[in-house]
Amino acid sequence: MKPTDIRDPEYFHKVVDCQYACPAHTPVPEYIRLIGQRRYSDAYMVNWESNVFPGILGRTCDRPCEPACRRGRVEEEPVAICRLKRVAADNKDDANVAARLPQIPSDKNGKKIALIGAGPASLTVARDLMPLGYEIDLYDENAKGGGFMRSQIPSFRLPEEVLDQEVNYVTDMGVTTIYNHFVDSMAEMLGKDYDAIFVGTGAPKGKDLNIPGRAEADDSIHIGINWLESVAFEHTEQIGEKVVIVGGGNTAMDCCRTAKRIGGDEVTVTVRSTYEAMKASPWEKDDTLAEGIPILANHSPKEFVIEDGKLAAMRFAVVESSYDDNGKRTIKETGEEVTIECTDVILAIGQDNAFPWIEKDIGIEFGEWEMPVVDKETFQSTHEKVFFGGDAAFGPENIITAVAHGHQAAISIDLALHGKSITEERPAAGTNLVSTKMGIHEWAYDSAVTHDERFESAHLPIEQALSSRKIESELGFDLDTAFKEAERCLNCDVQTVFTEEKCIECDGCTDICPTNCISFVVNGEEADLRQRLSAPSLDLTQDLYVSEDLPTGRVMVKDEDVCLHCGLCAERCPTSAWDMQKYLYTVTKAGDQPAPILQEQRQPNPDKRERREKAA
Amino acid sequence: MSFYKPKFRHPESPKNELGLTQTPYEGPISTLCAGCGHDSISAAIVQAVWGLNVEPHRVAKMSGIGCSSKSPAYFLNKAHGFNSVHGRMPSVTTGANVSNHELLYIGVSGDGDTASIGMGQFAHVMRRNLNMTYIVENNGCYGLTKGQDSATADEGSKSKKGRINPFEAIDLVALALDLGATFVARSFSGDKEQLVPLLQAAMSHKGFALIDVVSPCVTFNNHAGSTKSYDYTREHVQAGAVVDFVPVEQEITLQQDIGSTKDVPLFDGASVRLSKLNQEYDPTSRRAAVTTLMNHKAEGKLLTGLIYVDPEADNFQEMLNTSATPLNELGKDTLCPGSSALDDINQGFR
Repeated sequence: MKPTDIRDPEYFHKVVDCQYACPAHTPVPEYIRLIGQRRYSDAYMVNWESNVFPGILGRTCDRPCEPACRRGRVEEEPVAICRLKRVAADNKDDANVAARLPQIPSDKNGKKIALIGAGPASLTVARDLMPLGYEIDLYDENAKGGGFMRSQIPSFRLPEEVLDQEVNYVTDMGVTTIYNHFVDSMAEMLGKDYDAIFVGTGAPKGKDLNIPGRAEADDSIHIGINWLESVAFEHTEQIGEKVVIVGGGNTAMDCCRTAKRIGGDEVTVTVRSTYEAMKASPWEKDDTLAEGIPILANHSPKEFVIEDGKLAAMRFAVVESSYDDNGKRTIKETGEEVTIECTDVILAIGQDNAFPWIEKDIGIEFGEWEMPVVDKETFQSTHEKVFFGGDAAFGPENIITAVAHGHQAAISIDLALHGKSITEERPAAGTNLVSTKMGIHEWAYDSAVTHDERFESAHLPIEQALSSRKIESELGFDLDTAFKEAERCLNCDVQTVFTEEKCIECDGCTDICPTNCISFVVNGEEADLRQRLSAPSLDLTQDLYVSEDLPTGRVMVKDEDVCLHCGLCAERCPTSAWDMQKYLYTVTKAGDQPAPILQEQRQPNPDKRERREKAA
Repeated sequence: MSFYKPKFRHPESPKNELGLTQTPYEGPISTLCAGCGHDSISAAIVQAVWGLNVEPHRVAKMSGIGCSSKSPAYFLNKAHGFNSVHGRMPSVTTGANVSNHELLYIGVSGDGDTASIGMGQFAHVMRRNLNMTYIVENNGCYGLTKGQDSATADEGSKSKKGRINPFEAIDLVALALDLGATFVARSFSGDKEQLVPLLQAAMSHKGFALIDVVSPCVTFNNHAGSTKSYDYTREHVQAGAVVDFVPVEQEITLQQDIGSTKDVPLFDGASVRLSKLNQEYDPTSRRAAVTTLMNHKAEGKLLTGLIYVDPEADNFQEMLNTSATPLNELGKDTLCPGSSALDDINQGFR
């Protein structure tokens, strides 16, 4: 294999599994360390820079980082990254944070942008462009900003104060909010004097279920996302006693738990798939079961049963799922049927995009599934002034993905409006690699690996939680637990950096490495090399770090897979050929300025510099 | 500074025939200098014992005094052990061996502990062919007392302070060949591919097995001019008979095949497979071994690998016909047969 080029910013980025898996590439280990140091406001700002909604995401994120977490490969459970983020948000000093929000120039740059839909994607665009002097009009059909974060996530999971605070951080930058206004014509919008238009309208259409009885029972059948919105805006205040939820995603979990709080005594979730194959996040399923709501898997809806002209029950066929060798699922009816009595049914079986308000003849092309044709990197549509992001771009995803889209769309808009190429001139990621060595065996991070298992975050007692839809049911970590959980992080951003010229091939690193990551072997092709390392090298998604040739003709090969970043290789290295260096990777935002945290870390400590100068 | 090694291990760590990973064969983090050759030897011992499928508690680690003799603290922490007086490890091992010869005895000593203060004991344990593996972690200096030349420092070797050693070195391998050791090998801490099978062969040998391992002292004897540094050793090493240890049932093959091979069976059905660089070389001949050793020395080469083996020779227990059953398994009546038995013995001398 060729020697690894560690100057490629993506190489070490990939080693930080959590950050790499995060659509917005939030520097997770960086803020977890700050939480461990009880610097909650600093941890919050690292998050806010990257993902705009730390308090919201700390409660509702889909957590693509956690399955990627290296800790999950050496023990049972990953670090509770999401809930640690919440700790930063809940314990930040509001005044400190407010003082660190970006300055908004009073002299505008003369460019005007419309954002349609006030969800996370649009708010991110506003957050990135307001400090650059843009004028922004934010349109939404509802009375408050937040989009689906407000309408679809119930308050017992995401308190209104948290949502308001983080939405206001953006709108208070001087965004002109045009709420209670449904944009019904793109042609009309294009006719206004906007330099660019960003569409962040989400995937607003809940799927319906056309089986016998649907029309007759219409009054008692609710579309999940519409119903949640209606509850959130207090148009709906109660539901019948016996509620059946159809669907197994996170919306279904939110619907059933909301129903349980506003009148549903007997709430049942039914899903066609197996329990394991449900789309809902495992923790959402756990919280649902904990509230006494049964989840009936393998139930395929057949009929709304009508008695005396109204809904009386729902009939299901019991099915079986089987998978072929390619993982393709076949669902077969077993012949058994189940009827569940109910007063109401909530359908949460998915959602679609819908753009009835975008005229088809104004230069915005639509492709498959009636989705707009959007560039995956620039988020530009086929109309040069119109950009898409969030669920509106490529279909339903999640908040953190919408944020990532927003950042990229903002870059495109900024480049386009300055006459630059939106494909060729995108800013490179900001990186910083600096040694953590403080003494012979001292590192500027907690290198010792703790063996604690994942801590559970506390919940309110069930009766209390169910008493109102506005009381947050999960309490989050207390500060001592948060510290212990933060210590579980393996600091994967502190990289093992190898310098060939210093190595004397004493084997000290190979001998000490607890997980046998390091081998000194004769070079070969990757597949062959993986066969000859100190420990089985089975995870092909994890890279091998290969050195230049060493004096004995061998090379150093490190399998990144289960490296604990414990620093022992560097401690047992007599020549400092190994060094533990902290790698910070930040996605550069519109305006091409390095992230504040990167600027901070690149500047040498002024006191130190002064002392050094004096000494000289 | 790390005070403990994380408990997490590679999830697919291989297991030996006892179903054990290498973890139960390990010890705590070494406090020797980073880069010390001794730590590599400790790691090689872990691999060797694990690979031989010996339970960790069936091993006794014996040592004297010095950096080398400290190293048994850092491997096999479930094994028995005795950290004895300086240079007196052989006599303590003899006693232990006589009282229980079912354990695997691994003696770890250094050049000072063996070639200076312990020279007398070293000489006698070899001529008695005690069943043990005697590892000399040989760095040519007294690292624990700031790097003075030891008795194995080569003539002409330069100390860290720049002084040239005027004295002739004691060649432990030559001495062992002369004094009747039945398994004599030399190796280098920086070459586990050679060291691990050599250790396994030595541990399977039923008599006295010496492995003189060049183990550089990174702190006091790893500079230009030293003849026990990593660089010097790598440049001057010449593997004689390369050993591949072949256990009873399976076969381990070395990465590179060198020349022809010859199997020397050990008593328990395992064997040592030798690849010979020199077709003429016969490691079962003591005379040939001495000649080859001297020739290499004259050429300034460091001969490594298995230099001599006599798998047939009677060991100490066999020569003295000592108890085959460990003393701790004999009953009180056998161990203390009473005054009438003593009377009988005394009568025998009249």
